[in-house]
Amino acid sequence: MEKYVSLEYVDMTFASRKGKFQALRDVNLTIRQGEFISIIGHSGCGKSTVLNLIAGLLTPSNGVMICAGREISGPGPERAVVFQNHSLLPWLTCFDNVYLAVERVFAATESKADLTRRTHEALALVGLTASETKYPHEISGGMKQRVGIARALAMEPKVLLMDEPFGALDALTRARLQDELMGIVARTGSTVVMVTHDVDEAVLLSDRIVMMTNGPAATIGEILAVDLPKPRNRLGLAEDPHYHHLRGEVLKFLYERHAHKAAA
Amino acid sequence: MSANVIALKMDNTAPEATLSAPSPQPSPSEDSGKPATAEKVSRWVEGLRSFVLAVAPPLLGLGVFLLLWVWISQLAPALPGPAKTWDSAVQLFSNPFYRNGPNDQGIGWNILSSLQRVGMGFGMAALVGIPLGFVLGRFQFVNAMASPIISLLRPVSPLAWLPIGLLVFKAANPAAIWVIFISSIWPLVINTAMGVSKVPQDYLNVARVLNLSEWKIATKIMLPASMPYILTGVRLSIGVAWLVIVAAEMLTGGVGIGFWVWDEWNNLNVEHILIAIFVVGIVGLLLEQALLLLARRFNY
Repeated sequence: MEKYVSLEYVDMTFASRKGKFQALRDVNLTIRQGEFISIIGHSGCGKSTVLNLIAGLLTPSNGVMICAGREISGPGPERAVVFQNHSLLPWLTCFDNVYLAVERVFAATESKADLTRRTHEALALVGLTASETKYPHEISGGMKQRVGIARALAMEPKVLLMDEPFGALDALTRARLQDELMGIVARTGSTVVMVTHDVDEAVLLSDRIVMMTNGPAATIGEILAVDLPKPRNRLGLAEDPHYHHLRGEVLKFLYERHAHKAAA
Repeated sequence: MSANVIALKMDNTAPEATLSAPSPQPSPSEDSGKPATAEKVSRWVEGLRSFVLAVAPPLLGLGVFLLLWVWISQLAPALPGPAKTWDSAVQLFSNPFYRNGPNDQGIGWNILSSLQRVGMGFGMAALVGIPLGFVLGRFQFVNAMASPIISLLRPVSPLAWLPIGLLVFKAANPAAIWVIFISSIWPLVINTAMGVSKVPQDYLNVARVLNLSEWKIATKIMLPASMPYILTGVRLSIGVAWLVIVAAEMLTGGVGIGFWVWDEWNNLNVEHILIAIFVVGIVGLLLEQALLLLARRFNY
């Protein structure tokens, strides 16, 4: 298997006021180029920590992390993040929010006209051409999240990291954005790591689902390969017995083998 | 209400269907008309009520204040009452911009020159204080270095700085501006530093993922994110400057509202002193309101 992103024996220990807290231990994960990986687990299992480690926002206490042949030593635009709460800058228009990212990545090599074109393209990709000049507080939650995705995609990252990107949205908006994301990933061939707590979302979008055990000292419990043919169709899958089998596997992991302590 | 609307609609469409027969429901339209006007009246009454409730307490307060003033002025005959002060004010403001030599100028000139000093002192404080606060908020180490000095100097009475100013600048006017500068810089530094250190982690994460340069972080993230705090600093700082200017001018002389108060005290013109107090209060209030208006513009 070609390693594009790899985590080897990664530990993460946080120093808190009550002493040390080990969030992750021995996390080993290899991701191929163009693969869509979902990380799923109960809340508090450290799935966001894994994502923040790959993003470089956190530094592991132990272990090695590599992205595209280089060690991950800090955040960088080649690993773009779509944040759960969109994190758009409220004083910039949608266009300027995306432009800020484009400018950072491409200003050294491209003209201003090219930067503007890239920004327009990224916003067109998520269907927001009409809202370019609006400020974040003027658009809906789903649109904000799409701007966040456009900002990340516009950087042409090697890996797109998404932290529960649709978690704060209503079910209908979430479904539409999932469909859009599937289309975008199919067109761009992006490598994606997505944290989610939604089983359907994980099965629908992923090539592999990484299932985490419960914390503290959480690690990867199982990895489920989702061998459903692409492109996938939400309605078609609803009738597909294999889809239901895969969905059942994830549910069994989450609710039988690693039921949350509070629930058990 | 909704029932009335429905009834009204039915009535409007009724004539076509029931042209030959008399309309079976003539009453709803009459019924729906009455509550509508009654509601209009009650809404008007409600509006009047809330207006009176909003305006009455301040007016009542002012009335009590004036009564107290009259009462005190009768107890202490040296203190002029409201009527006398008002007459004097009308006369004073009928010609605010006259010039009879350097020590006898209209009230307008005095106010303007005080405002000019405040503007210069505050302007320099902003030029130094906001960037300084920025650095303090951004770099914990520098903050730890500066905080004992700031804690030490901040509580010093503004006028204690006046001799230093006189010594260094050897002139009264720059010394007054210096006092404004040094006393209005602290709220600017402290609030800017607070705003910068409280920029939400989300925005900083964006900056880190984008790997923005320090300049871009400052201009695109730190400055806009801490703008509400900076403007609070500006408001407090101008408030302090305007407080201090009267005292500083009393000591330094020249043209200015503070000097004018002192001059009128020497002339034993107590009405003018009272007018000066009101003028200082009103100008301070206007400055505050203008800055609040500006701050609302930066509320994301």
